[in-house]
Amino acid sequence: MRRIRIPSVPSSEITPRPVWEDRRRFLRAAAGGAAAALLARPGQAAVSRPGRLAPIADLQETAHGKDLKPTDYDDFTSYNNFVELGVSKEAPARNAHLLRTRPWTLKVEGECEAPGEIGIEDILTQFPQEERIYRLRCVETWAAVVPWVGVPLSLVLARFKPTSKAKFVELESISDPDRLPGQRRPVLPWPYVEGLRIDEAMHPLTLLATGCYGEVLPGQNGAPLRLVVPWKYGFKSAKSIVRIRFVEEMPETTWVRLQPDEYGFYANVNPKVDHPRWSQARERPIGEGLFARRRQTQMFNGYAEQVADLYRGMDLSRHY
Amino acid sequence: MRPIAALRRWQPPRAAKAIALALACAPFALLAIDAATDRLGANPVEAVLHRTGDWALRLLLATLAVSPLRRWTGWPWLLPFRRLLGLAAFAYALLHGLIYVVLDRGLLWDDVVADVLERPYVAVGLTALALMVPLAVTSTRTMMRRLGRQWQRLHRLVYAVGILAVLHFLWSSKLDRLEPLVYAGVLALLLLSRAPAALRARGRVAGSGPCDTRS
Repeated sequence: MRRIRIPSVPSSEITPRPVWEDRRRFLRAAAGGAAAALLARPGQAAVSRPGRLAPIADLQETAHGKDLKPTDYDDFTSYNNFVELGVSKEAPARNAHLLRTRPWTLKVEGECEAPGEIGIEDILTQFPQEERIYRLRCVETWAAVVPWVGVPLSLVLARFKPTSKAKFVELESISDPDRLPGQRRPVLPWPYVEGLRIDEAMHPLTLLATGCYGEVLPGQNGAPLRLVVPWKYGFKSAKSIVRIRFVEEMPETTWVRLQPDEYGFYANVNPKVDHPRWSQARERPIGEGLFARRRQTQMFNGYAEQVADLYRGMDLSRHY
Repeated sequence: MRPIAALRRWQPPRAAKAIALALACAPFALLAIDAATDRLGANPVEAVLHRTGDWALRLLLATLAVSPLRRWTGWPWLLPFRRLLGLAAFAYALLHGLIYVVLDRGLLWDDVVADVLERPYVAVGLTALALMVPLAVTSTRTMMRRLGRQWQRLHRLVYAVGILAVLHFLWSSKLDRLEPLVYAGVLALLLLSRAPAALRARGRVAGSGPCDTRS
């Protein structure tokens, strides 16, 4: 009698579960895509691609925000706060061509075992590019819905092995005063610096975005690499990031340096805590015309279920 | 340095007032065209709010510039345009206020009241608008005659309106204070240009006794 041999597969050859799931998802998506192309069912349509910039390869759809209706691409890309490219809402789109996005390297350093750098092409090819539709709420009370494409920040950060001393991350944006008109005036202390507590940075909702609407990011929206933290006011989601530093102390962020009584480190969307100069109770979705009404702002921008635990026991009117 | 003296005797054509009125209405017309053709951008409420506010302030500063300009140039024909500019400034300010209440706040009066009570820049803007009402009401020739000396005293309120309006713009700006600061600078110049005349007038009153040695 011959003994049945159970083949032993080296662990290196086992398909990791996410990849295996992805394959199924890929097959499903391919089948679904074919079906959708035939039937073109309204309401189930994927995010439409504006066809302006390079599409993101191997984009993976997710369930995030499937019930939300994305803001019109032209509205989202013509009304921007990106002071490096100019102070008005229109200037960033006008000056976007001045932003040089290749080559682009993200340096990761500070309290970690494997400091180093990673190029934008590697981020695009070595990590899953997930499409996630998130609400966006600006501290100025306007709001949008954006189909981002990106990598969970935690996946990228894990590669650099943060140590137990890494209590916060500090994110630094581009510095190029020779080319960027907004950086020739000291409107803000340059470069733009943002920061997150490490648990916020590692939260599964936090995204390192490489694109939006299925294509690479336009310059005015923070190309080629930006942060997206959907439960915080937009200014926390730093654009055109060149450096991430793991640090032990809470970083001094740009807006906190500028006006600490108006902008806090946390900047969580909170309808009950007003900005000193305006109410945060309601918001105006952009791209909805002259007669659109404001709507109620949601606690943590509608992500309370996922993130409220991060702030348990904190006085949110003090830690605004 | 003195501008051409010949212009002092110049008579503006009859149509001058109509042309000035058309110019003052032009920003509103452009706004209406942009609104009708959907060219107000992603946040049209903010666009109309800002544009009416900008023009209210610009026309207010233009109103305040008439008297110093007339004194400096000696062109008497500038004066009749002052009322037109002032009324236009009031019209844009009123429109600005209406847009804020109706389009921006959606007629939610609780919100408006809370804003006025809690946000200094809103209160200051509303005060400026309120102070413009008596000036607009008494801008007619009849009222001018009826009020006599009181008219000029009442209309000095325009200086307060100017200061409040610039303050309102400064406090409502988030980051770029360049434009409001330019307006603040222009306002300061216009107010300072009145100082010598005001001091002279005061001197005349204070020194009107028998010991007045001024010529």
